[in-house]
Amino acid sequence: MMQVTTKLTPFFENINFERDDKTMVINFGPQHPSAHGQLRLVLELDGEKVVKAYPDIGYLHRGIEKMAENMTYNEFLPTTDRLDYIASTSNNYAYAAAVEKLIGLEVPRRAQVIRTMLLELNRIISHLFFLATHALDVGAMSIFLYTFREREFAMDLMEDYCGARLTHSAVRIGGVPLDLPNGWLEQLEAFLDKMPENIKLYEDLLTQNRIWKMRLEDVGVLSPEDALSWGCTGPMLRGSGIAYDIRKEEPYELYDELSFEIPVSDRCDSYGRYRLYMEEMKQSVRILHQLIPMYKETSTQLMAHAPKYISAPKEDIMTQNYALMQHFVLVTQGMRPPKGEVYMPTESPKGELGFYIKSEGEPYAYRLKCRAPSFFHTGVLQELLVDTYLADVVTIIGSTNIVFGEVDR
Amino acid sequence: MAKHQVNYTSTAGLPIALTSVDKLVNWGRSNSLWPLTYGLACCAIEMMASGASRFDFDRFGTIFRASPRQADVMILAGTLSKKHAEFTRRLYDQMAEPKWVISMGSCANTGGMFNTYATVQGVDRIVPVDIYLPGCAPRPETLQYALMMLQKKIRRESANMKKNTKQRFV
Repeated sequence: MMQVTTKLTPFFENINFERDDKTMVINFGPQHPSAHGQLRLVLELDGEKVVKAYPDIGYLHRGIEKMAENMTYNEFLPTTDRLDYIASTSNNYAYAAAVEKLIGLEVPRRAQVIRTMLLELNRIISHLFFLATHALDVGAMSIFLYTFREREFAMDLMEDYCGARLTHSAVRIGGVPLDLPNGWLEQLEAFLDKMPENIKLYEDLLTQNRIWKMRLEDVGVLSPEDALSWGCTGPMLRGSGIAYDIRKEEPYELYDELSFEIPVSDRCDSYGRYRLYMEEMKQSVRILHQLIPMYKETSTQLMAHAPKYISAPKEDIMTQNYALMQHFVLVTQGMRPPKGEVYMPTESPKGELGFYIKSEGEPYAYRLKCRAPSFFHTGVLQELLVDTYLADVVTIIGSTNIVFGEVDR
Repeated sequence: MAKHQVNYTSTAGLPIALTSVDKLVNWGRSNSLWPLTYGLACCAIEMMASGASRFDFDRFGTIFRASPRQADVMILAGTLSKKHAEFTRRLYDQMAEPKWVISMGSCANTGGMFNTYATVQGVDRIVPVDIYLPGCAPRPETLQYALMMLQKKIRRESANMKKNTKQRFV
């Protein structure tokens, strides 16, 4: 039967719903308070059971990958903030690291320490946010207020460092722009000392909570085979019992020098994933504790020394003519990485975040592809939502922790 | 004034408030602005932060509602894509009069940094906007200030909605 489309009965692209009288098709989103952004789910319901689910994405498509082809490498960096906007620095880092790999840059040690600190701080911010929204969707309002309180402390630290709360751009190609301000490490330490206490507060409120357990246990069960075949990474994969973390598999920055564990859950359900997020926060606190003494042992250099690609320090630009000329060329024309293609995977709070860059030796990337974890986790919804109740849909979406900036790009 | 006479207008007089209908209605409208939870992108995170413990939006009588039927003000927080624009208009139309719109962040104001084929270059092409809020992303304090500006604006309006809607519909 041909579909007659009007404004009120939209056209379902390529979706064949077998319409018999038993089932009902409803739209979940694109503006649903629990849809974590602009997710539109087309659900076919039999009573309260979901028979078929179809995630329709693209409502936040902004053409970021296309923009990258018309921007110099440094110009594009702030745009990466807007991919996974809950943990901006992890995007900045993934992009900067890909360009550095393309050029073959060696980043100074102090910059590496600062970067690793910011990455782990962002992981805590992101996980706190996950907990807040997930609990809010399931119905536990007070957790939202507690986690946002702690998140603000972490945001203050980020703000003291780079000046922004949400869109940091705190990592640059070749290093970091600034040294840590005075007293930052003491504040970080104070924050870290309070974290175990706060995590215990959340666990006391949730872990044995009867309602929380009823809503999460055995909801959204994802078998290890499915998790692998759908391309899941991060907590979605580790929540299904597979210990895979890029920080351990292909260590970048200082992760091979740090001692931390990769928490894994064999439960395969939303409750297991929730426990996993809590454990990961504890591991991030552990990593940050180790980084503070490491920072104190480093020299003061912050940006890599590569005059062809990176501007010289400000003092040199002001005093040496040649450095000024290079700086002028780098600002007006942009750096020209060598020809080639590169893919750099990193472990963002949500999973494997990688940038693929194809360079033709010009100041603009020929093609840039962002491999975002949330995109794959949105795909799993097709499988996870089938045979669940409508009330559990919200729990499952919350548990996948998807962000639409990086799904649609 | 003789002692047995009551001065009604003095502060310790009889509990009578003298006001106009406009003032009374606008007092009610401006102090219980219920926004629609309309999170589109990054700004929505700051919108949530303003609703959370540190910034405490509830002080302004602002409680986020999930349904457009219960909302007074639409805070458009984030990038509006062309694919989504139709739904924004539909939700705006579903809101009951009187209604106001705050456009939060550069993307909602002008398209911001996303001058591409997919983005609406300013939500005022779709819905009439009352307050434009600059920033990428604006801080929660900025959103609170925008709400205070909107309250001021409402207090100046006439309580007779017909007069207002005539101007506001595009």
